[in-house]
Amino acid sequence: MANFFSDNKDLQFHLNHPLMKKIVELKERGYADKGKYDYAPLDFEDAMDSYRRVMEITGEICGDVIAPNAEGVDHEGPKVVNDHVVYAPGTAQNIDVLKKAGLFGLTLPRKYDGLNFPLPLFVMANEMVARADAGFENIWGLQDCAETLNEFASDELKAKYLPRVSAGETCAMDLTEPDAGSDLQAVMLKAHWDEAKGTWLLNGVKRFITNGDGDISLVLARSEEGTTDARGLSMFVYDRTSMAVKVRRIENKLGIKGSPTCELVFTNAPAELVGDRKMGLIKYVMSLMNAARLGIGAQSTGLSEAAYREALKYANERQQFGKPIIQFPAVYEMLSNMKAKLYGSRAMLYETTRFVSIYKEYQHIAKERSLTGEERAEMKLYSKLADAFTPLLKLMASEYCNQLAYDAIQIFGGSGYMKDYPIERIYRDARITNIYEGTSQLQVVAAIRHVTTGTYLHKIKEYETLAYAPEMENTFKRLVAMREAFEKAVEKVTATADNEVIDFHARRMVEMAGHIILGHLLLQQAMVDEEAYRSSAEIYVKYGQAQIAAAATYIESSCVADIGLFKAVQDEKYE
Amino acid sequence: MKKTLKIVVLAKQVPDTRNVGKDAMKADGTVNRAALPAIFNPEDLNALEQALVLKDRFPGSEVTLLTMGPGRAAEIIREAMFRGADGGVLLSDRKFAGSDTLATSYALSRAILKLNPDIIVAGRQAIDGDTAQVGPQVAEKLGWPQITYVEEIVGTEGDELIIKRRLEQGVETVACPLPLLMTVNASAPECRPRHAKRVMKYKYAKTASEAQSASTDYDDTLRKERPYLNITEWSVADVDADDAQLGLAGSPTKVKKIENVVFAAKEAKRLTAADSDIDGLMKELIASHTLG
Repeated sequence: MANFFSDNKDLQFHLNHPLMKKIVELKERGYADKGKYDYAPLDFEDAMDSYRRVMEITGEICGDVIAPNAEGVDHEGPKVVNDHVVYAPGTAQNIDVLKKAGLFGLTLPRKYDGLNFPLPLFVMANEMVARADAGFENIWGLQDCAETLNEFASDELKAKYLPRVSAGETCAMDLTEPDAGSDLQAVMLKAHWDEAKGTWLLNGVKRFITNGDGDISLVLARSEEGTTDARGLSMFVYDRTSMAVKVRRIENKLGIKGSPTCELVFTNAPAELVGDRKMGLIKYVMSLMNAARLGIGAQSTGLSEAAYREALKYANERQQFGKPIIQFPAVYEMLSNMKAKLYGSRAMLYETTRFVSIYKEYQHIAKERSLTGEERAEMKLYSKLADAFTPLLKLMASEYCNQLAYDAIQIFGGSGYMKDYPIERIYRDARITNIYEGTSQLQVVAAIRHVTTGTYLHKIKEYETLAYAPEMENTFKRLVAMREAFEKAVEKVTATADNEVIDFHARRMVEMAGHIILGHLLLQQAMVDEEAYRSSAEIYVKYGQAQIAAAATYIESSCVADIGLFKAVQDEKYE
Repeated sequence: MKKTLKIVVLAKQVPDTRNVGKDAMKADGTVNRAALPAIFNPEDLNALEQALVLKDRFPGSEVTLLTMGPGRAAEIIREAMFRGADGGVLLSDRKFAGSDTLATSYALSRAILKLNPDIIVAGRQAIDGDTAQVGPQVAEKLGWPQITYVEEIVGTEGDELIIKRRLEQGVETVACPLPLLMTVNASAPECRPRHAKRVMKYKYAKTASEAQSASTDYDDTLRKERPYLNITEWSVADVDADDAQLGLAGSPTKVKKIENVVFAAKEAKRLTAADSDIDGLMKELIASHTLG
């Protein structure tokens, strides 16, 4: 009888953020659906009440169905039978219950049978599902692909596919190929227009495709013959009912074993073009990836929540030397830092989600009517913030969930290394979060320009203008000092005007910004609820300040010539 | 078989006796209802699921939840609507208070005559009284066939429903014409979850008494515009019941004493139907003064 929503005060805190009012009003277009649909909200309070109720249903299913199924799903995993995926029984049951609860198509418009929930609610549900079973979160969370269809596909395609997503059909995004991983420009899967059949046909191989045998797949393919770069790629939607794609195999992975990672063979697979030709990678994959990165932020935070809870419980129950191990400084320090990182990840997750939510809604509204000057300016602002915060979130949250899972196993000691507790699964599941949908290294590549152009600094300075209570003044001053150290380090690195030097120190600089932003967000939360957040804010800022000092020292003691020390590894012989 | 069915689910709001704390019983030995959260009786949820399965098989069928209890019992009607029921009826009247199973089944049977369903589905028993009497008694009062311990509705054959019963020693499949009453076991499939859209649609559903005691202009207007938000509430007069058969007056069951018995764990004993086994047990029970 667990409920992953009711038992999580921190999650509920974010539902009540003041910006929600604006977000809900934008999403509901001033509650225009209220006369048209019997389940549409009448006003803000009504909407919030409905969100809470639906999150409670989700939390209950996560606690009572998905989490108890996780171990069995991890052991059994999906199988390939007659060239198609058969889910583990627990996975099938999870999908069935979520369908019966109407928890698909969360963010889709009501005219496509969706719930029309604002993005933060989808992210919350995602986070809860990931806490229950991170592998299953991939399958359920991929409904987000429908948002890309909703944004860019024709009305005809939307009418065809979106209601199916709302009814519980699953999605996939088929991007990666054997020779095109991080570098998607190299995608070779071929799309050609068949005049006789009047359809596009896809031929080729995709690899590492999560839920590759899903009902509805978005496929990146080369539609322009003779091209070799991004400009020859278009986005297609493939309908599984045509049965023209075979699953050659499912990868045997370290973690998220319930989520089928497929190698797919397309043989004259009919597909429909999404949006405009040649915009596949440039526009649509970027949209998919940004959404996916936010999804991994949620998945990471859910995993962190699971790891922290497991560790906290064990540290209280496990007795050594005549007392529970949580009473030893080495253990309680670890747990407090875990909690601060968990809260920090979540703070960043919802801050980012709110930014994405607002600019995306303006984009949708812009298709219905022209935006006012003020609205356009807001859209631009939030779009830029979303662009800056998304990779930073993905980087910080995924690295932290790995750290939390690592520390949690440490708290369990030898028992954590055994298969007897769920923590070993959480540890394995966490390991993918800083790899897929862009490795941490690639998040840094996406984030670094916001260091050099000052997006982060500008936002940090805005945070600094907020008023703080006297008892939090000290922590605030630390944050100011951290920002100064950050500015100094950035200045030193950028003064070299050497891109290789900037790239070399990029992660250090991006993480410095991350620590300061997380610290501010937690301190702001402490201003609203001192009891819940003050200690975590102080603990995080202490931790962040030490990390920043380390990075600053490293940068301070580095010179351009040092790069050579590291480059020398390229000359190492290897076999 | 008809194309669409009228199905009534009998359900009870009960104190959650599964999570009993130390203040669960009052000093006088009665249940401290205030200390226990009120929930949808678990096997009644299994019953609701069977009713909804029937509705899935016979689209257009109507599932109505019938419950007797104080005003707040309307909560389980809303819960049923969130999960798929079309509506509900709350039997609520001071005169019903103190009813034992006999008086309760009388009251329910009066309401059922008014609802005129094809099928009644009830949970096997409620976790507060554990009598398993109300379902069968309702069937007797109506003169309907009753199928107890139901686990699955297998299908239909002609005008009969084919139903699987879970008995102690195995499974029995029976056929029965309509109208019928069935009581459903906990071993039947769990009830489907609350549905997001239905929760949003029905969350303002209220009985007339609820609307009177706590209501805003806001949802008053809403209930006028949306008739499905009005939960039917019936009094003794509404179901044309005889006062003498209700409440304490209509309840022959008298609770003499309630004891808090703590079971010492003992191994179960299994006997065969052989005379020697039964003889041995009888002697044992007489010797221990359990019998005689």
